[in-house]
Amino acid sequence: MGGYILKRLLSAIPVLLGITVIVFLIMAMIPGDPATAILGSYATPENVARLNRHLGLDEPLWKQYFIWLGNLMQGDFGRSFALNRPVLDEILDRFSATLILAGTAFVLCSLLGILAGVVSAARQYGLADKVITFVVILGISVPSFFLGMMMILLFAVQLRWFPVSGMYSIWGGGDLPDLIRHLTMPALALSVVATGVIARLSRGAMLEVLRQDFIRTARAKGVHERRVIWGHALRAAMVSIIPVLGIQAGFVLSGAVYIEMVFQWPGVGRMLVDGILKRDILLVQGGVVFIAACYVGFNIIVDVAQAWLDPRIKT
Amino acid sequence: MTIALKSTNLAKTFDIGKRLIGPPRAQVHAVHPVSLEVKTGETLGIVGESGCGKSTLARMLVGLTPPSAGTIEIEGKALNRADPAAFGRLIQYVFQDPVSSLNPRKTIQQIMEVPLRLLHGLRGRALDDRIAELFDAVNLRPEFLTRYPHEFSGGQAQRIGIARALAASPRILILDEPVSALDVSVQAQVLNLLAALKSEFNLTYLFISHDLAVVEAVSDRIAVLYFGSVVETGPAEKVFAAPRHPYTKLLADSAPVVGKPLGGAQAGELPDPLNPPPGCAFAGRCPRATDLCRAEVPDLRPVEGDQFAACHHPLDP
Amino acid sequence: MSLFLKLLFRNKLAGFGAVVLAVIVVLALLTPILPLHPPNATNTANRFLRPLSDGHLLGTDHLGRDLLSRLMWGTRLSLAVGFAAALVAGLLGAAIGVMAGYFGGRTDNVTMRGVDMLMAFPYILLALAIVAVLGPGLLNALIAVAVVNIPFFARNIRGVTVGIAHREFIDAAKLAGMGHTRILLTEVVPNIVPVVVIAMSTTIGWMILETAGLSFLGLGSQPPQADLGSMLGEARSALITAPHTSIVPGVMILLIVMSVNLLGDGIRDALDPRLRSGALARPMATTRVERAEAPVPKGDGLLRIDELETQFQVGPRIYKAVNKVSLELKPGECLGLIGESGSGKSVTALSVMGLVASPPGVITGGAVRLNGQDLIGAPYELLRSLRGRKVAYIFQDPLSTLHPLYRIGDQLIEAIRVHEPVSHAQAHKRAVKLLEDVRIPNAAARFRAYPHELSGGMRQRVGIAMALANDPDIIIADEPTTALDVTVQAQILALLSDLRRSRGLAILFITHDFGVVGQLCDRVAVMYGGRIVEAGPTADVLAAPAHPYTARLIACVPELGGGRRVMAAIPGLPPAVDDLPPGCAFAPRCEKAQAACRTGEIALQGEARKVRCLFPEVAP
Repeated sequence: MGGYILKRLLSAIPVLLGITVIVFLIMAMIPGDPATAILGSYATPENVARLNRHLGLDEPLWKQYFIWLGNLMQGDFGRSFALNRPVLDEILDRFSATLILAGTAFVLCSLLGILAGVVSAARQYGLADKVITFVVILGISVPSFFLGMMMILLFAVQLRWFPVSGMYSIWGGGDLPDLIRHLTMPALALSVVATGVIARLSRGAMLEVLRQDFIRTARAKGVHERRVIWGHALRAAMVSIIPVLGIQAGFVLSGAVYIEMVFQWPGVGRMLVDGILKRDILLVQGGVVFIAACYVGFNIIVDVAQAWLDPRIKT
Repeated sequence: MTIALKSTNLAKTFDIGKRLIGPPRAQVHAVHPVSLEVKTGETLGIVGESGCGKSTLARMLVGLTPPSAGTIEIEGKALNRADPAAFGRLIQYVFQDPVSSLNPRKTIQQIMEVPLRLLHGLRGRALDDRIAELFDAVNLRPEFLTRYPHEFSGGQAQRIGIARALAASPRILILDEPVSALDVSVQAQVLNLLAALKSEFNLTYLFISHDLAVVEAVSDRIAVLYFGSVVETGPAEKVFAAPRHPYTKLLADSAPVVGKPLGGAQAGELPDPLNPPPGCAFAGRCPRATDLCRAEVPDLRPVEGDQFAACHHPLDP
Repeated sequence: MSLFLKLLFRNKLAGFGAVVLAVIVVLALLTPILPLHPPNATNTANRFLRPLSDGHLLGTDHLGRDLLSRLMWGTRLSLAVGFAAALVAGLLGAAIGVMAGYFGGRTDNVTMRGVDMLMAFPYILLALAIVAVLGPGLLNALIAVAVVNIPFFARNIRGVTVGIAHREFIDAAKLAGMGHTRILLTEVVPNIVPVVVIAMSTTIGWMILETAGLSFLGLGSQPPQADLGSMLGEARSALITAPHTSIVPGVMILLIVMSVNLLGDGIRDALDPRLRSGALARPMATTRVERAEAPVPKGDGLLRIDELETQFQVGPRIYKAVNKVSLELKPGECLGLIGESGSGKSVTALSVMGLVASPPGVITGGAVRLNGQDLIGAPYELLRSLRGRKVAYIFQDPLSTLHPLYRIGDQLIEAIRVHEPVSHAQAHKRAVKLLEDVRIPNAAARFRAYPHELSGGMRQRVGIAMALANDPDIIIADEPTTALDVTVQAQILALLSDLRRSRGLAILFITHDFGVVGQLCDRVAVMYGGRIVEAGPTADVLAAPAHPYTARLIACVPELGGGRRVMAAIPGLPPAVDDLPPGCAFAPRCEKAQAACRTGEIALQGEARKVRCLFPEVAP
């Protein structure tokens, strides 16, 4: 197992490098001149040239990349001109908020999705299956941002159960119950689509597994049906469900961008969108690399979980 | 008699765990250098259990798998190693799984047309006439031509597969377990058909099977494969009746036959292909094995007449 | 095509989706000629008019623009962009996937590394980065969404292509003289198309959502032009004061995406051949029973099967797999049940403990009595407590019948502890003993192995050990050696024979091999077309078969030592059990068949030797 983890960690290095190359190239293609963007259109050509030299923008592209990469390795993501603070500080401040939101939503959608999928498969064509299938279709068809807005109207404005937006109350907040009150609606809204996708896939995987010969063997041994479903079948189905969880984690992280906009959640998603609209390239560049790196790390965890579950992988 | 098919030191090594650059992690010798000769009009039977390399050998002989080493000659002409179409006119293949060997989205007519058009340039009337002729030869009704593969039973699909192979007008047919997917009552139909076609079209057969009785019933000569090597060859009537290699004897004794008591049960299985033993691959299971067997690989050498065995201590007849 | 449409509309939800989507698409197409307000005409005096206001059916937005008109124009845009993105992503992704999957090797390796790299981004990062480069705008949002989805298609299609590229018909095409281009176009692509269609139809909804999302963020369509997403984005600031401006475009997105998804699911189900045949149905814990009444017992014995009828009901077709089969097994006896594929021998065996997959299997009649107790229709808990404890099974392919993710030792322990409340340590000890009993060398170490780490013969030994775990009275062995090599088969048969004698087991042995029956079984029953056609002591039946089918089948089997010869064959094909002829099922293939053979029911006659034939080869 240790060897596998090490191998998987090493194999992440080229992926991370690839990510930095892709991000760097995309950002390098952005039309316009950052120095002009920073100094404004009234800047003199001399000042622009000086700033370009200062930023290293007069070097050839490959050299710029290595300078940027070297800085990244030392934790220097550059300085956001719009916010006038180091990019990394801004990212770290906001990433914890995103992590709380997306992490909660991910746990929710994994548990609910697998639960719904298994129940649905075990009762194929029964009432529970029909209800779940319909709810799931509804869930994967509703835009999360629209769902969030409707939740605000119903639960915050009409029923006043939850606060409309933000992460903490401005006065007297900051503790855990306060966070949970603020977190409930955005986390739910964010998890709905992924729950639907996971439920569909889990149902399919379970149906596929339940037809396998080893399920018949388990039944022929006299194993209780409950254990056949939740033990033998689910264990085998997890082999195809876990990679989907990995992909869905990316989707949850992506959906967080919309939800952060709707609920004014102070996360990296909003930061990125603002950065793009303000052409704050270093902020966007740094944010994208940072999140992608975290996602790569998460996928390593997924792969290790998969290898732990399926002994056939390690060989 | 002329030699229809000749392989010299034909071998195949598969790489395991390929990397983007650099050598693979491990290599498996699926087929050790094999030299075979099949005379024109003869049927050579190849027997072996799963993992013995018989299918890899067959696929090399028709050019579907490029060999790692060695040469193939058909009627005295050396063949280009990796162009299946060049092989196509001379040598054809009948597949084990008859249904999987037919494209599910094509009608039988479309399937039959391909070799006739591409290998022999037939068009129009000539094409239709030839298809009718072939269908007649394999006892299939012409109305099957408009149907799709999934509408046929295993036996019918195998006849279609044979008709398609014949469409190339080959000199040699490689039959890779052609009846093992079929029921006994249908298996006999297909075997008899193959025998009839052979004399009608002057074909040479290479018949691969794991079923000793079937191989014995159709072959002139038999080669026994174990762990990628030929361990014994000889005339069909002698190989199983008077086996010289202990493995051949084990095979013959293991075949269940009515009236024979359960026997031949001998512990042991194939060696690990990733970590093959030095010496004879069968030594671990062989009651006659000595230190010589565990150290040195035996060559295939004549034992008596045209019976050959790769054994340091061949059995007496 | 008509079959496809019929299948599609059989699914009511898909039909509903198709109708809703059709209405929306038609309205969107007609928008330019409908009598609507100009979508961008502002009228600040009429801001935030509620729905059903005079002249504005759905009200107005923050600039006083007519919502209905903007909704229809926005729908047009959203639909066009969503479909275009799906088409672009689907075609490009499929092309990449087909190339990588077909050519394999380095092409595949390099392409797929690139795809993996792109998939290492949460998709929105990539989309945001692309929009950042190209600048906000609807066309750019379309490009971003399409590009981001290409890797998903490429990977999906590549997987399918690899499967097809290794099928034998591709090899056959190469031998028939086809080049790569021709093979790709005529052999591979036609088999890929349904998969691409399925992938596209199930992702169009997703792409519509995505483009709407980018517009919602202000990165898609730019004012005054508006798709549904940007309408929603603009309305957000007035969510609380004028909720209708949000609800109208939001509900429209929901309707479009839901109808697309329903239709997409329908298309998927209609194109997937497995779903079509109902093969994806989940087998229930026990076989469904629809039996009028149990036949009276005709004697006792350890296991008695009386007039068992098991059918497969697939759509309108009824396959009579087992048709009034009666068998009897005495303690310590080995009964062989022999037949060709489709004869119903395995279904008979599985019916005993209600293990026939259901749906589509249904037991429609007969009784199975274990020590006099009828098991057909018995409560689940009773059946479960007998399974493995009194009657144990050994199945054909030991690789697929053992759970791939549990250690073999744990599977054995489970088999023991399901029926006996012993401690884990005790069960462990017994399990090791069982492995030793089936002569697995080094049992204590193999205990921790997974099935894939063992050879076929060793796996089947584990299967046998598991069947022995609770000292059952009966073992039902369903072709236990068919998947094994002949030398290993001999080992397993010898083991079974020894175990049977040392433990006094009764065995019902299912096989298609007369040699195996001859070596192992005391009695044999021959099945054809779902019925027993002959039964009796093995030696007698093999020496002098009474039914013409048995006689001719035995003649078909080549025996070692027979030399080169022409083989006896039976002309024709085994009967289809959904369309059995009246009278004897073998009559169409039988040389001796008379008119009487083709009408009416022919009884199974005789005592020790039974035969179902009007003109038997020898008198029973």
